[in-house]
Amino acid sequence: MVPHSTKSPFHKKFMTAITNQVRVVREINEKYATPRIKMTRWVSIALLGIRIYLIVLVLILAYKFVTLVI
Amino acid sequence: MKEGIGARARFFYRYRRFIKTLKIYLMIAGPGIIVMVADNDAGGITTYTATGSIFGYDLIWFLVLLGPIAYIVQEMTVRLGAVTKRGHAEAIFDAFGTFWGWFSLSDLLLVNWLTLITEFIGMTAALSIFGIPPVFTVIIVLLLLIVMILQGRYWTWEKIVLLFCVLNLIYIPAAFLVNPSWSSVLGQGLIPHLPAGGFTGQLFFFLMANIGTTIAPWMVFFQQSSVVDKGMKEKDIPWGKFDTMIGAVFTVIVAIFCIVVTGTVLYGTNIQSAAQAAQGLMHINQYAGVFLAIGLFDAGLLGAVCISLASSWAFGEVWGWAHSLNNRIKEAPWFYLLYILILVSAGIVVLIPGAPLVLITLFVQVIAVTLLPAALVFLILLLNNEEIMGKYKNTKVQNILSTVIVVFIITLSTIYCLSVVFPQLFR
Repeated sequence: MVPHSTKSPFHKKFMTAITNQVRVVREINEKYATPRIKMTRWVSIALLGIRIYLIVLVLILAYKFVTLVI
Repeated sequence: MKEGIGARARFFYRYRRFIKTLKIYLMIAGPGIIVMVADNDAGGITTYTATGSIFGYDLIWFLVLLGPIAYIVQEMTVRLGAVTKRGHAEAIFDAFGTFWGWFSLSDLLLVNWLTLITEFIGMTAALSIFGIPPVFTVIIVLLLLIVMILQGRYWTWEKIVLLFCVLNLIYIPAAFLVNPSWSSVLGQGLIPHLPAGGFTGQLFFFLMANIGTTIAPWMVFFQQSSVVDKGMKEKDIPWGKFDTMIGAVFTVIVAIFCIVVTGTVLYGTNIQSAAQAAQGLMHINQYAGVFLAIGLFDAGLLGAVCISLASSWAFGEVWGWAHSLNNRIKEAPWFYLLYILILVSAGIVVLIPGAPLVLITLFVQVIAVTLLPAALVFLILLLNNEEIMGKYKNTKVQNILSTVIVVFIITLSTIYCLSVVFPQLFR
């Protein structure tokens, strides 16, 4: 008796592709682990602050869009 | 006699020098003009036509101001690309690490995809004026855009796109066809002033949308990747700057003529989209209406090709795929597949029945400009790093100007969002 997998070839291919992509992401993270420009903690905090602030603004715009559509 | 020969020799020498200079420029020309003209994309044309119909010529001066702003931002990408030989996404990963890298890449992909939808909205609306159903338009456009990149040479692709850029000038004859009062255009349009009604939420919205059409995050990524793919070197930077300047002038001229068309004929008619404007114009001047529709289609096509490429280049750089237009499909399958997938997915959205397409177009411009400062801050930080840029790093004046642009955009975004949350603030 030859044991056969219950999973379809498509499923196997899909899972392999996902695993490969996860591996690629890990490689990218390793490759760029050390930033070339050293930022002080305060610069990092300021950058994060700007990002969060801009995302809040975008969320307000999304709210306005939804209210106009509904 | 001798003087005559001398004058002729001098003329011949100057003529030869001019031709030589022109040839060098034509070799380098491309990224700057393409990015700036594609910047007048379908969303841009929609914004300009709506601006003209609501504010007449009152905001032309604001567009004139946006020309130098676009140049200041885009010129930095020329230097960065030529010096680092890296696209913007890769430069961010390398300089700031993965956290900021993934953040920027996801921002870019999302905003680009949204903007791409607006390009398809513009193109389907433009061709629907000629009775072509949206499904056919989407299929035709997809085939055209795929054929354009599959020939395997950056140079050929660039020259095809430059031809479409020339077609963008169609708004100039369209403006002459509607017989505007040029003295009013110059007097009312070029002198900075507030439109009647003063500061209103609507005015802030349109100021933001106009900035969003003139400078957008995809432009930063596109031009830098384009400079790298073209193989520009440090010695080419002055020509790259010149190319960008020509593009900036070009984009402002087209925008002004577009506003002149609707500001002359459709002022006060509450036109909401370029397609609606083209239809309205058909009743007044058929040729002007047709020109506007052709221009809208061309603008959408240019925007679509550049934006989808900006995303594919950025992804290819980070993922490590082969990602040049000089590669054939076999050599860079993922790069081309992503390009096609982005286009197809955006094209499908437009076919959803009942979607508020005009509103989506205007909001995407505003969202793009709201997220722009994040991209600009990284650009400025990169351009200030001596280790990366060497003698090409930003000067003090360039830093002041670019910082003022960032602060200006953040302030305007904040004011507009305040007007959304507290509508009674600006009436």
